[in-house]
Amino acid sequence: MNAQPRFFAPLARLLHWLMALMIIAMLFIGAGLAASVSERHEWLIHLHKPLGIAILALVIVRLVVRFCTRQPPLPADLPAWQVLAAKASHVLLYALMLVLPLLGWAMISAAGDPVMLSSSVQLPALVGANAPLFALLRNAHGYLAYLLFLTVLVHLAAALFHGLIRRDGVLQSMTGTKD
Amino acid sequence: MVDHSSPPRPPLSTTSLILRLAGIGAVVAVVAGAFAYVNGTLDPQRLRPKTLVNALETNNGVHPGFRRNHAKGVCVAGYFQSSAEARAYSSAQVFSAAKTPVIGRFALPSGNPYAPDSSVPIRSFAVQFSQANGQQWRTGMNSMPVFPVGTPEAFYQLLKAGAPDPATGKPNPANMPAFFAAHPETAPFLAWVKTAKPSASYATETYNGINAFYLVSADGKRQAVRWGVVPLSQDAPGDTAPDGADFLEKDLVQRLAAGPLRWQLNMTLANPGDPLDDASKTWAGEHRVLNAGTLVLQSSQPQADGDCRDINFDPLILPSGIEASNDPLLAARSAAYASSYLRRAGEVSPLHSAPQESKP
Repeated sequence: MNAQPRFFAPLARLLHWLMALMIIAMLFIGAGLAASVSERHEWLIHLHKPLGIAILALVIVRLVVRFCTRQPPLPADLPAWQVLAAKASHVLLYALMLVLPLLGWAMISAAGDPVMLSSSVQLPALVGANAPLFALLRNAHGYLAYLLFLTVLVHLAAALFHGLIRRDGVLQSMTGTKD
Repeated sequence: MVDHSSPPRPPLSTTSLILRLAGIGAVVAVVAGAFAYVNGTLDPQRLRPKTLVNALETNNGVHPGFRRNHAKGVCVAGYFQSSAEARAYSSAQVFSAAKTPVIGRFALPSGNPYAPDSSVPIRSFAVQFSQANGQQWRTGMNSMPVFPVGTPEAFYQLLKAGAPDPATGKPNPANMPAFFAAHPETAPFLAWVKTAKPSASYATETYNGINAFYLVSADGKRQAVRWGVVPLSQDAPGDTAPDGADFLEKDLVQRLAAGPLRWQLNMTLANPGDPLDDASKTWAGEHRVLNAGTLVLQSSQPQADGDCRDINFDPLILPSGIEASNDPLLAARSAAYASSYLRRAGEVSPLHSAPQESKP
């Protein structure tokens, strides 16, 4: 009989922490550029686009790793509502990590703008130029980014709750520390 | 209950539990607070894109579906024929290809789509060059040679000086002179306005890019420039505006029915010491001017369903080979246009003409 793993696979942990940094940076970059008319707006947008595509590529790798490796189980004494909240919030996190870059890419396409990752690297348009569709996608990109930020906050609070209050090994399963 | 995955832990004392919960709350509050600062919630003094667009709406009223500034206009289409002169300075395909299709838009510089054509002496011309490699160059040009102010903050103050007084519904007549007195950088613009008259035609105007940009050559050399287009078919210079509110579009349609209209695209090369970050200042003295090619307009469309309607003429949509200067107005225009574009894009139906594809 295989014992259940105590830790996430090393590659899964690496992807988690790398993407945690990238996503938190991305949320702040996005909020900052949308609220600035200074030169900051420009250099933030030049970071935002390639970083978003990098997150899209990494989340696909991460989903493959997720399905190909074994996850440590949640503690058996975790109340049912917390188990449900944990599973639902992880589904939501993965969905938003995947959808937000696609919305960003699609909204630039719908505006009829060239999708430029740098001064010369261009991606194809995901959809044709369509102004009302742009407005819909742009608003969805903003609102869902706020939902991702809230979900990340809840995830952070829950991880600290496991690590500091319950002390049940859930935080360690991702940090990789023995105790 | 038994925890199977980790050994049992001694229970926390009440004090320790409270401290740890407070610690978690503090971490979450710091992250949320930093985010609220960055998105402007905790920094209400910051000039944001929506601050500028709200000010335009306050001054002009909200006209759904229209641009929040330069609201009254007309779409045009044609092509750009490059000359060889700019090729050594910029690697952009628009200067190496023989012909590049363009979509443009002539407009009045006001947020009121029903403003009479004779109400202002300024006309504007925005152009999108669509390179064969999929990259684009968009530029918004105006008939004045300089911008009234050099910074987004001063532009916001200018908009506020023109805001209607809630008591009278009209701007306080003392505000604008007070603004100009407090902003000596407006002198070159005011000197130009004194001599400017509302023209009878879009076709006889010179349009200036005003902000500085860099042409970047294939070997990476950067040359600061200001660009503009000069009419080649200036039949009746100095014609003043006829009576009536809407003569500019009619005049344009008539002229295009008789044949294409042409402008020469000029690139004025900066001399050492020319201000690159202040659009309120002229570049004085002798300058080398490149003739980069000829802009040829062949047709027009009403803006309500024309191809220019859904284009955001963001001055920072640039092809490889042209780069922005550090003029602070460029980032502000880009950010504010995006905010205006989002508002109006949500207020229109899709264009029925075939959508333009943006090629990779």
